[in-house]
Amino acid sequence: MAVTPPDKRIWWNEPIERVELVWIVIAFLWGLFMFFFMIAWHFIGQQNLSSEAYRIAPSAFEEKVDAFAKKHQVREEKGIPVAKPPAGSDVYILGRLWQWWPILELEKGQSYRIHLSSIDWQHGFSLQPTNINIQVHPGYEHVISLTPTQSGEFGIICNEFCGIGHHTMIGKIYVTEPKKAEAGQRLADGGKQ
Amino acid sequence: MTAETVIGAVGAKAEFRTCQYTGLKVDAAAQKLIIANAVAAVVFLLLGGVMGLLVALTRWPAVHLLPADWFYLVLTGHGANVLLFWIIFFEMAILYFASAVLLNSRLAAPKLAWLGFLLMIAGAVMGNVAVLQGESSVMFTSYPPMMARPHFYLSIILFAVGALIGCGIFFATLVIAKEERTYEGSIPLVTFGALTAAIIAVFTIASGAVILIPTMLWSMGLISDIDPLLYKVVWWGMGHSSQQINVSAHVSIWYLTAALLIGAKPLSEKVSRTAFLMYILFLQLASAHHLLAEPGLDASWKIVNTSYMMYLAVMGSMVHGLTVPGAIEAAQRRNGFNRGMFEWLRKAPWGHPAFSAMFLSLVFFGFIGGISGVVLGTEQLNVLMHNTIYVPGHFHGTVVAGTTLAFMGATYLVLPLIFQREILWPKLAKMQPYLFGIGAAGISLFMMGAGTLGVARRHWDITFSDANLSFAHSAGAFLMMGLNGIFAIIAAVGGAIYVVVVVGTVLFGEKIKGGHKLTFPLHAGGGAVASHYGSEKTPKLPGTIILVTIFFVCFVLYYFINWKYLSELWLFR
Repeated sequence: MAVTPPDKRIWWNEPIERVELVWIVIAFLWGLFMFFFMIAWHFIGQQNLSSEAYRIAPSAFEEKVDAFAKKHQVREEKGIPVAKPPAGSDVYILGRLWQWWPILELEKGQSYRIHLSSIDWQHGFSLQPTNINIQVHPGYEHVISLTPTQSGEFGIICNEFCGIGHHTMIGKIYVTEPKKAEAGQRLADGGKQ
Repeated sequence: MTAETVIGAVGAKAEFRTCQYTGLKVDAAAQKLIIANAVAAVVFLLLGGVMGLLVALTRWPAVHLLPADWFYLVLTGHGANVLLFWIIFFEMAILYFASAVLLNSRLAAPKLAWLGFLLMIAGAVMGNVAVLQGESSVMFTSYPPMMARPHFYLSIILFAVGALIGCGIFFATLVIAKEERTYEGSIPLVTFGALTAAIIAVFTIASGAVILIPTMLWSMGLISDIDPLLYKVVWWGMGHSSQQINVSAHVSIWYLTAALLIGAKPLSEKVSRTAFLMYILFLQLASAHHLLAEPGLDASWKIVNTSYMMYLAVMGSMVHGLTVPGAIEAAQRRNGFNRGMFEWLRKAPWGHPAFSAMFLSLVFFGFIGGISGVVLGTEQLNVLMHNTIYVPGHFHGTVVAGTTLAFMGATYLVLPLIFQREILWPKLAKMQPYLFGIGAAGISLFMMGAGTLGVARRHWDITFSDANLSFAHSAGAFLMMGLNGIFAIIAAVGGAIYVVVVVGTVLFGEKIKGGHKLTFPLHAGGGAVASHYGSEKTPKLPGTIILVTIFFVCFVLYYFINWKYLSELWLFR
């Protein structure tokens, strides 16, 4: 039965089975759809990772973060300053062995320009339980415009292995309810776009 | 110029035996090399598997077995041993089999092949020593600026050079077989798939050399700085592309197993070969999968690369996902199992461990590894799972439930046909693929579940008990990690049975002599199907159509569910 003599025909001239052809067309079209959907999300979606980044020496970034924390500090928590920057402003988060620094207090519905970098090894910015995960490199300052859509207390864990204290590397972001009604309105408009 | 002058006349007076089951001519030198590589593979699978179990038991919050330093050390060793050493040793065996044995040819330059093997052994041993010394717990990916000892990088370079020699032997054997006319027409599909794997391997190893040599020099203090972003771009040219070697290799194994056990021929050679060709053309772009959450890379670069140029390589895999079960259905219907939609599948040789392993590998690779891979590799969706334990969940679906399971199945063919030993403890062998497959599928799914809930990969303590600030994962995340531990134990039992059966068979299995009837028989004439090219003729495949329809519906649903998750995130741009 299966003892089939070699087929002498040249294989690249054989006809394609109908079922195969249909499946190839489906797979190809689905691939095209997925490809163009990524592009489309840049226009219709509200979650697209920014490509704005600058090279920066770790020490220079550290200075910027220090100045930022000093300027906007409202209180201290376990020895870490809590910074409350105004809406729309530049906000800095520094990853180092083993903490995210400083703690932030943001307002729901407001947009902030978050500057992310590391001063030693690579770290993984992982905002929980929201589950936003961004890689953080030393020497690269990544700028992301971030708008919190929930209020409450959020953790930043590290999800890039950074040595023996990796599991103790935790940061915090507090998000407060908007004080002004129009902030909520802005958020609702943003959501509809 | 003849093959002799190219390769040297080393093996010109090769010794052959003729396989009584397949009719293939087996070169004694190739046979010895296949045995050596397969044995080395199993040794490193055992080592890496034990490490994997220790990792899973540590990540099970209720057990939390190892201390942090040992956890990261063992995790580094686990990656190197199973992802590199086990898989690539086995792939060397596949390359020698698919060239010399399937083409009835002698193997080119066996002495050089042994040199390659020794280099790989030296690299693998040195790698384990470096990791166990404890100053190279940098994880398998060894991202700078975190630094390992120089011999950690050197071990991988040595191993890669050995593997490169193996690829060279494979190419040279193809040349010899063509020159000496040991086969007619085109090379068989399985060899074609192996050729795909070998071509990708060359690209992969070149990428590895480009980045690991300077990184080693940096570790020695000769270079001041390695850019972490550049490192990732090039390293993943090795790290991800090497997974495409695995895909090409295990898809070849699927076709081989289907041919040997059922007498299956590809539906059409042109389609299956073109699907392999898609891998060569586009899979290398996958380095981008690891760079979607990185700073400074342009969205258009990410989109083109991460989608393998409009998902053409994914299309290749989807095509194999139809043509492999399709070929099986067509052959089974020809074998007389023609009733209803699924008699061909019900009456398939499920008691043959090579078949059950192959079919489970096909299903798990497609449904778990494949679908999650596309979702994970979608530019925006990546933010949902980047570096969470979803990522290991995905690649345990591809590399463990897919590749490793397929290779285990292939072992049940290699033992009688190449080692010429009857499989010891057939009852254990029969259940082995099910245990290992279910375990591997379980760990993949539960890690993916935990990752969706935010659990980080490569993380010792998800309770963050000694952290200054606190954070609590949801109860669901703990449940997922516990289930992951349980299924890791099931997989480990399956893996242990595999090692026991293989070692027992190699040492104590009955030697196979002429006229011996195999416990796990081949399909009559299956060898002819595997070693010749030629398409199946116009079959009707209702069962396969239903299977791929279910797959496609799952794929589309899961894809859009993740977009819905994404749309609920905070806004960022």
